[in-house]
Amino acid sequence: MKDIKKNFYSPDQVGSGAAEREVGPACDIHLKEPLVRITKREGSTLAYKALVIAVCLILALLTGALLFLAIGKSPLLAYKTILTGAFGTATTFKQTIVIWIPLLVTGLAVGLAFRMKFWNIGGEGQILMGGIAATSMVIYTGLSGTPLLILMAVAAIAGGGIFAAIPGFFKAKWGTNETLFTLMLNYIAINFLTFLQHQKAWKPQGSNFPIVKDISDRAALPSVFGIHIGWVFALLLAVLVYLYMHKTKQGYEISVVGDSINTARYAGMNTAKIQVRTIALSGALCGFVGYMQVAGADGTLTQSTSGGVGFTAITVAWLAKLNPFAMIIVAMFIAVLQRGSLAIQSTMRIPASAADLLTGLILFFMLATDFFIEYKLVFRGHSKTEEEA
Amino acid sequence: MTTLINLLNAAVRSGTPLLLATSGEILTQKSGNLNLGVEGIMYMGAIGGLGAAWYFEQAFGGGALAAIACFVIAFIMGLLGSLIYSILTITLRANQNVTGLTLTIFGTGFAKYFGEHMGNQAGGYVAVSKQTTGIFTYTPFAKLTEIPVIGPLLFSYNWMVYLAVVFALILGWFLNRTRKGLMLRSVGEDPATADTAGINVTRYRYGATLIGGGLGGLAGMYMAMVGQNGIWATDCVSGYGWLAIALVIFATWSPLRAIYCAIIFGGLDVMYMYYPIKGLPTQIYISLPYFVTILVLIFTSMRQSKEHNIPAGTGLNYYREDR
Repeated sequence: MKDIKKNFYSPDQVGSGAAEREVGPACDIHLKEPLVRITKREGSTLAYKALVIAVCLILALLTGALLFLAIGKSPLLAYKTILTGAFGTATTFKQTIVIWIPLLVTGLAVGLAFRMKFWNIGGEGQILMGGIAATSMVIYTGLSGTPLLILMAVAAIAGGGIFAAIPGFFKAKWGTNETLFTLMLNYIAINFLTFLQHQKAWKPQGSNFPIVKDISDRAALPSVFGIHIGWVFALLLAVLVYLYMHKTKQGYEISVVGDSINTARYAGMNTAKIQVRTIALSGALCGFVGYMQVAGADGTLTQSTSGGVGFTAITVAWLAKLNPFAMIIVAMFIAVLQRGSLAIQSTMRIPASAADLLTGLILFFMLATDFFIEYKLVFRGHSKTEEEA
Repeated sequence: MTTLINLLNAAVRSGTPLLLATSGEILTQKSGNLNLGVEGIMYMGAIGGLGAAWYFEQAFGGGALAAIACFVIAFIMGLLGSLIYSILTITLRANQNVTGLTLTIFGTGFAKYFGEHMGNQAGGYVAVSKQTTGIFTYTPFAKLTEIPVIGPLLFSYNWMVYLAVVFALILGWFLNRTRKGLMLRSVGEDPATADTAGINVTRYRYGATLIGGGLGGLAGMYMAMVGQNGIWATDCVSGYGWLAIALVIFATWSPLRAIYCAIIFGGLDVMYMYYPIKGLPTQIYISLPYFVTILVLIFTSMRQSKEHNIPAGTGLNYYREDR
């Protein structure tokens, strides 16, 4: 609807597709100019952007400091403990990397979908489905070693991909709300896992507890520099997703559909196919995360195999502006917060949920500062000089 | 028969927080804001209300005043949550989906953070006294429950249940029968036209979103104080915020229809306890509300009725300069 309007009001833009519409001069119907008006900022420099982002980070950390003060803890000590908790020793650093891997890959996955304006918040469920599919290969086949690891990866990719393609299909066909659809699938996946935990074949031998047995004796990813090989996969995937998004026809199609689905249709693209394909890919990456968690990080399958990663990855993707390389750094930053928050929990008795709180705060401030990157405020009487400049 | 009455009673009880949150979200969406942060807002209301009651009891003892503090603070916490959302989306033009999702992450983290801290202070777990929680479970029409069938069906609930229904009725009346309600709906349908007609889009959006958030806060408080009997549980909201957003679609943006939709969903949520199905494992059965939600989403999207649809402007920020 909006796209039609856009083209209607600015004929010169018809068919220009992904182009952002320029904001015209403020309406002249006001007899008196308003005190403040908002205009689009043209080409803000890199230095300006860096400054705004720095200010945003500082404000977020200051607000976080208030939350530490609110429960009577020293913010300085807390931030210091977060850093030492994440980097202090070789062991903690390795643990930070293990947290970083799923965050990055899931960020890449949801980023793909977000680029198309498909709100995949079903990362949790897709990770679990990937984990379930991978683990079922251990339970129901007699294989072990490399053949099993490869089979598990294929199963996980298929499991996550199909689980995401279902809402993708309904979205493409009837425009079914994908946000709620993918979210409901999270709960279904987690309940399905609970069901499996009660099955005899999945439980450890002779155990009465509803848990899935340890699979690390038959299926464990090899280590590289003391961390499971997932980190190599993660870095490779970041490069691949970047190339896919920017150097392939399919990647181009995703951005056209994301910017204006009507333009995509007008250009003769098969939008339904593009949508389902992209969502399946997004889910497949999530499924792969489930595989890495099961075969690499945890050695078994539990509810915390996904452990909120599906949600946190949304902030990773968004803070990185959907740029895969930026996601490497942002995911690292959040992994540091999460590993560090375990340290402040054990040494300072600050609840570990501080990590979620800080992540939320940073994204809030980032959303706010985007405004100052995109727009500028023009005060009454200054507009002439601004336009001349 | 008794099982059926018990199920319906339980359905109404577990449907009440859904109704409060759904009413709030309907009001929000009618103004053009799609707030996906309901889950986070409910968590903030839950910890705000429970925390207020608990700290008040520490200082002055439990009772009606602690309950009032709980009620007011829960509303204010919901309001604050949606204030963050409003400032970001209405004034600073941030993407509504991302802002809502962030609010959910933030609100959940906020509740867990302070909940655990209070647990540390209490040296174990946080529990509000029966004196205070009793205020919320007070049943005003207890005497009428003697009437067979109708009595237990209509009069056996605590006052919050009736309050939630009254809120929904008032909201329905406001949206359909008042001038302000009409203006609010026009803001949600077509903000540019509403703006041209001299309606202050910003003010209406802020007002509706804030009050909607307050109702979400109350819904969270109900889950903590009544659902969990005033004992803090880190997963006390557990997806009800998301169900509430789905219910808005199910109720096709009408607070009146939301009343029975909330009861139906409340019933679906507890049905496995009353009508176990042979051969269907409980762990699958408890997914019932989520399966039904998905089916409802699919069917409503296939039907595509013009009249019962999301307000046209919902989900999009309004830029006057873009008009």
